[in-house]
Amino acid sequence: MFTRIAMTACSVSAASLSLWLAVVPAVSAMPVIQHWVTDNGARVYFAAAPELPMVDINITFAAGSVRDDGHAGLADMTSTLLDMGAAGLSADEIASRVESLGAELSTGSARDMAWIKLRSLSDAGHLQPALKLLADVINRPDFNKADFERERERTLVSIRHSEQSPATVAQYTFFRLAYGDHPYATRPGGTLESISALQLDQLKAFYKRYYVARNAVFSIVGDLDRKAAEQLAEQVIGQLPAGKRAPAVAPVPVLTAAVEQRVYHPSTQTHVLVGAPGMHRGDPDYFTLYVGNHVLGGGGLVSRLNEEVRENRGLSYSVSSYFSPMEQDGPFLVSLQTRNDQVDDAIGIMRETLQDYVEKGPTEKELVDSKKNITGGFPLRIASNSDILDYLNVIGFYDLPLDYLEAFNGKVMAVTRAQIIDAFQRRVDPETMVTVIVGGED
Amino acid sequence: MRSLLASCLLVAGQVALASGVVHEYQLDNGLKLIVKEDHRAPVVVSQVWYKVGSSYEHDGITGVSHVLEHMMFKGTDDHPPGEFSRIISENGGSENAFTSGDYTAYFQQLETSRLPISFELEADRMRKLHLQDEEFRKEINVVMEERRLRTDDKPTAQTYEQFNAVAFTSSSVRIPTIGWMNDLENMQLADLQHWYERWYAPNNAIVVVVGDVEPEAVLKLAKKYFGPLKPEVIVPPKPRIEPPQKGRRDITVQAPAEVPYTLMGYKVPVLATAEERWEPYALEVLANILDGGDSARLTSELVRGSQIATSAGAGYDLYDRQAGLFLLDGTPAGTHTIPDLQAALFEQIQRLKDGPVTDEELSRVKSGVVASAVYELDSTFYQGMKIGQLEAVGLDWRLADEYVERINAVTAEQVQAVANKYLLEETLTVAELDPLPMETGRQMRADSNGGGDVH
Repeated sequence: MFTRIAMTACSVSAASLSLWLAVVPAVSAMPVIQHWVTDNGARVYFAAAPELPMVDINITFAAGSVRDDGHAGLADMTSTLLDMGAAGLSADEIASRVESLGAELSTGSARDMAWIKLRSLSDAGHLQPALKLLADVINRPDFNKADFERERERTLVSIRHSEQSPATVAQYTFFRLAYGDHPYATRPGGTLESISALQLDQLKAFYKRYYVARNAVFSIVGDLDRKAAEQLAEQVIGQLPAGKRAPAVAPVPVLTAAVEQRVYHPSTQTHVLVGAPGMHRGDPDYFTLYVGNHVLGGGGLVSRLNEEVRENRGLSYSVSSYFSPMEQDGPFLVSLQTRNDQVDDAIGIMRETLQDYVEKGPTEKELVDSKKNITGGFPLRIASNSDILDYLNVIGFYDLPLDYLEAFNGKVMAVTRAQIIDAFQRRVDPETMVTVIVGGED
Repeated sequence: MRSLLASCLLVAGQVALASGVVHEYQLDNGLKLIVKEDHRAPVVVSQVWYKVGSSYEHDGITGVSHVLEHMMFKGTDDHPPGEFSRIISENGGSENAFTSGDYTAYFQQLETSRLPISFELEADRMRKLHLQDEEFRKEINVVMEERRLRTDDKPTAQTYEQFNAVAFTSSSVRIPTIGWMNDLENMQLADLQHWYERWYAPNNAIVVVVGDVEPEAVLKLAKKYFGPLKPEVIVPPKPRIEPPQKGRRDITVQAPAEVPYTLMGYKVPVLATAEERWEPYALEVLANILDGGDSARLTSELVRGSQIATSAGAGYDLYDRQAGLFLLDGTPAGTHTIPDLQAALFEQIQRLKDGPVTDEELSRVKSGVVASAVYELDSTFYQGMKIGQLEAVGLDWRLADEYVERINAVTAEQVQAVANKYLLEETLTVAELDPLPMETGRQMRADSNGGGDVH
């Protein structure tokens, strides 16, 4: 789709949001999550949403780039090829049939996972043929040579295109340095060399190994009941071989020394990333670090970093910090971009702010305010079917408790200043972080 | 202002829709309030739309609408800088703002009971913004950083900006919303003060509320907070209609880049300017025939078929305030060149002129539009966006509800007719991004290795 470049949002990414337990009738709005396992071993998560005549489905496999096994881009290319030909239907035929139904079918992948999504109207006349196409794509991808070569070429161009973006260059440089020999270190989309070397048989083998029922989490939200949801899951994934769940991702080694890398880029701004492996899903420190980071740099327009770097000094349009929890420790990252000639100043402020926060933690008022934001905005987190679908997928994929959403506000409220200081001092060490600086000279 | 409550005028009554009931009101001071009920979750989105954006600007002050949007977070007579965001945050809200050619909009998403907080703060900054030089000096730097991030360091965005400024000579559509860098560098607090006084008033604003609310209660709140605000004499912008283009225009943008890119646009009408109401809808269908998904012609024929492009797209905005462009863009694949890709895109246009689109294509586009109308209801924010966008350009929000019907009425002959009437070479502008070497392997200067030290 063509994207127009006209709108310019003011502030940072619309971060999080939320409210007061006492005021919000949160319970009434809480989705009821049902869970079962299909005969062939797929874990299904379902929430009924009868208000709109539509169904959203997300089928996620533990088949992300962490399984590339030295062939960077293998997981991503496998995912890309799924709807490029299946059950004898060409890519054109699949797209044309899906779109004639008004349905939306997409595939995607990241480090931990690969997914297939379908959104369809819920009446049988639309939904049933859409489900058949979804089942074809998941169960019977053709992996045609011609499609593979074309998508390889497109991927190579997109890799070259990504080199134009200092932000993207900074990201993959950071992962390489912070994750060393760990499979999280590689570029999920691959490199020019690794994509050029890929063989179609590798994709087929990858598919056969990882696109199996026991390695799948099947999430459904929409206008259907439990019985219909069971039939739906069976229809789509019931024929997939049970296979084996992918082994756990190896733990991420802790960094022991600071690393800094400057990369030249012909840009007017320099992009800075400072960080290290941070925390994982289900981490015992999850809520403590999450709330703690909200004060530091996760609260959108209201955070220490935003105050110091943007509000007080006008050094950057977007400055933030975040934990990106994955199966194993995903990154903790502080980021900003600034005019090339003032990058050292900006990095100095960023480091001071981080150092100070790790030493002293939040003030009591900052903590209370962040808790109010997180808990007060809770209803916004689950206001749409697509929001709920994302939560089902995360809960299922990372084996989080089924009452994750019900328990969310309580866990946030229980976090104390002392816990934040303790957790940050154990988990966030400014002395052993990776610093990546990508930009031009003054 | 005691009488406002009694004298508030119910302009258009209530319109029942399958998707939710929409209520439209107007306060005595001219503020328009539109409320759409969506009771699926205990949340509400509140958006304040001002009829001002970069298409209202003139040379020398480009970007002023957007800079003002930033300064709207920088304090009023009653609230110090930053307090707006802090209060919204403490109340669990998410908030932001955006500026386009035709409007500037501010929004908060909140748990329903917090709506009064949004109204109180928005009403406060509608008339009582306190523009302070110290805050402006910092914020103008933030905006310049935003420009570097969004435009200067993105070769395709640079190409679009240059292209748009060449495609239009007189029409203010040519002005980049972010503003030219030199205008930002020379912007003065007085420019902002003037702009604020000229456009920020209840009679130039539309408040859109979507969510788990009772419309009459929202109206009561609006009267309480926005009702006392004084209206302003608003002088609408001059039409600045673009003179007819008399021949193709070509530009080249040379910038460090890895991948070539082309962008082209034909002058076309929009809903607000079209002679025939069906024409913009036919152009919309035409855009979808070319680029309405993976089965549309550009992806199916140029990306997968001939493999001339690695990506190709088409775009058209029928709801813009002024006549605009029908756009095509793409990146060539493999050994293909920009001229190859341009020729392939022109061939696609020629085909649309030479013969009708197939029934199957037309039916696919219509199925997609019907389904999207349902999917859009999953987002209260998007429902508000559609209402606000239309009203902000002076169109009726009911057009959003007519959309499906209007698209369904478009025939293959009409698509062919608009292709022949509007996709003409004499109104065409073509841009090419010519990549310069990136020199990414270059060594950084030696003294910069110290990194984190403050100098």
